[in-house]
Formats: sequence, C-alpha cells, structure tokens
Amino acid sequence: MPHDSSDHDHPHTLLPSDPALRVKALETVLTRKGLVDPAALDAIIDAYENKIGPRNGAHVVAKAWRDPAFLAALREDADAALLKLGYYGRQGEHVVVVENTPATHNMVVCTLCSCYPWPLLGIPPGWYKSDAYRARAVREPRSVLADFGMSLPEGTAVRVWDSTAEVRYLVLPMRPAGTDGWDEEALMALVSRDSMIGTALAG
Amino acid sequence: MSRVHDMGGRFGDGPVVPEAEDVIFHADWHPRALALVLAAGSLGKWNIDVSRHARECLAPKDYTAFSYYEKWMGGLAALLVETDVLTREELGGASNDRISALAAKKLTADQVAGVLAAGGPADRESAVAPVFAVGDAVVTRRLAENVLVPGGHTRLPSYAAGAGGRVMRYHGTHVLPDSSAHGLGDAPEPLYAVVFPASELWQHPEHAGDEVVLDLWQSYLVPG
Repeated sequence: MPHDSSDHDHPHTLLPSDPALRVKALETVLTRKGLVDPAALDAIIDAYENKIGPRNGAHVVAKAWRDPAFLAALREDADAALLKLGYYGRQGEHVVVVENTPATHNMVVCTLCSCYPWPLLGIPPGWYKSDAYRARAVREPRSVLADFGMSLPEGTAVRVWDSTAEVRYLVLPMRPAGTDGWDEEALMALVSRDSMIGTALAG
Repeated sequence: MSRVHDMGGRFGDGPVVPEAEDVIFHADWHPRALALVLAAGSLGKWNIDVSRHARECLAPKDYTAFSYYEKWMGGLAALLVETDVLTREELGGASNDRISALAAKKLTADQVAGVLAAGGPADRESAVAPVFAVGDAVVTRRLAENVLVPGGHTRLPSYAAGAGGRVMRYHGTHVLPDSSAHGLGDAPEPLYAVVFPASELWQHPEHAGDEVVLDLWQSYLVPG
C-alpha cells in the first residue's frame, strides 16, 4: 500500500518566515531555473484583477432573467450555454446553476478548501476562504446569513451546496420585483457577487 | 481520522466578515503567490488533487496559523521538492544557476490567456456504470477516510460520513480524487449530487426544511 510520506517533512520551513519574502524567494529560484516567467505571472494577475470577475456572472444572471430560451439552455446544459457567452475555463469546467425560489434559497461553500466558479465570479473573496465560513455555512447557514445582514422568511428552506468535486455552483438569485422591461445592463447592476454565492439577495 | 482542512460543521470560528466586491487581494504578495502557484502547476508535474493534498498535509498548527496564500505556498514548496523540480538545497536558496530540464514547459506570458481559458475538465470515460438513479436513497461511508492510502486525500467530509441522503443529480463519470491524488490513476467513476436533510447531519439543525448537498463519488456510497 502506498505510504503518505509528506507528514514529517515540511519544505516550506526552508523558506523565509515572512510571507512576502517567502513568495519572493520562490519566484526567484523558479525564475533562475528557467521554470517561471515573471511576465507570465503579471499576465495571470492582470487576468484575475481586470478581466475575470463577478461581472461575468452578473451578465449570466441578467440574461437568464430576460431570456427564457437562455434560462432553458442553462437548465439543460449550463456548460454549453455559458461557453456560447465565452465563459469557460480554469475552475469552471463543470457548472451547475441553482435557482432561488420563494421556497428554496441556495448557498454555496467549499468546506474542504475553496472551490469556486472562477470564470464567472473571479477569485473567491476572503470570507469565502475563511475558516468561519467553511466551518459554519453547512451547519448554521441562517446564522451566517445574519452576518451578512440577511434573513429569510420562515417558509423558505436553505439548501447549502458543499463543492466537494469539480462541479462549480452558481446561484441564480430571484429577480427583484418592479424590474420588468429593464435592459441587461440595468439588471446586471442589481446582481452582486454575494447574491451569486447565496449570501445576499439581488437588488 | 481526518485532517485539519476538514472543518465543515466545526464550532468556535466566530463571525464571517463580509467584504466589498472590489477587494480582490489583501496584500501585494497575494497576487504574486497565486500566479506563482498557477504558473508552477502548468509545468505538469502534479494535478489538482495532488496539489490539494499537499496543502492538506501542512501541519495542523501551520494550516491554522497560515493565511490563505501562505497555505498555497506551503503546498507549492512541498510539491516542488516531492516531484524533484527543486532540491531542498535549491529551495533554501543555494544556487547552481542551472536551467531545469523542465524549462521547455515554462508558461510564457502569451500562453496565459489560453491556459486559463482551457481549464482542466475532470470528466472522463469510465467502465464503471452508475448504480444509483436520481431519487435513490443512499448512505455514505461510515469513515471519511481514503480507503487506498492511509491518511490519503478524500472528498468525503467527516460531517457527512455515515449519513443518509438521496441522489439529486447525476454528473457523469469523473476522476476519483482518492486515487488521482496519489499517482494511482484517474480511476473515473460516477459522481452524484446527494442531498441530505440538515437533521441527518446536525444535532441542532436551524430549520426543519434545510438541506445540504454534496458531490459524492459512487464508491463513497452504499444503497440506503
């Protein structure tokens, strides 16, 4: 039987203790060995700071609210429907869209690490990666929602999705009342990142 | 027994602190750490399951004390040494300035957009046929442990071990992390979304109607 040997030997202790120096030391040695191109690091950072973020998800939500055919396509095969909008890629290879209704409020967590639909929402926020969210969201979601200043009606059940595999969940929040006829851009402005994780409502 | 990362349901962590949508990183070195881990991953020496397991193998005292990207760097340092990309001496700063034999695989700036867009799908053809249908009652393994490797990687959280639920959705056949994290092959098998009543998981559920859904591989489940 293979043995898990990594328990007694922690190479990070060979690096500087200050985390900023630790990352610098790693970048320096990997660059010197020809394994990392600092310009590629800049390009990765630019992608997640400026190109891939929660406005992508807001676009999907606004379109689903306005376009019944797109909503039907999302239900049928979200990956195909999202690919047509150009939303695919790392940490978003298998997407399922879960729809909030008056009866069910959906909320997404990854208790084991930090799985999150990057192509649609970007880099997960600090709180999503925090021990408190990972520990509590599955056991006391309503108490966690209260930390966000949110409460649900007694008749609404909470369904928490723990992202334990490579499937990524996007919450489709309920469309706010009084928005009939609004164009896509106006609707997008109602869709916060948190509403697509399930820790806020749209609006 | 599980590892330190398996914290779902734990008590005592305090409040969740919301933050504005435009906050992406919290220190100048955070984006650098993220990018470094992604760039090093593209060398192809490990997969996502191996890299998750490396982070989970941090000592509990380090895992708890480290900020998010420190965990990533801790995992990266371990992987670089385990896969012989760097020696311990090189990691510690000793330089021989020799270009690595792996340098041809270095991610270049012009490849970044394509690599991020390509992703790494986890679905695979499999000879393992699904034995559960949507609506079927199932029970998870009593022990949330890797059955192939002692202390190995698994994606069954402790809080959901030995619990009864129902199959809600079939995702197709996916790479089995318990195998893939240990160089034992993809071993793809059926993957399901399984829904559990909160009362099946917690002594004091907040609300009678609340549920938790987990994605679980067929080998984690027996008929309920």
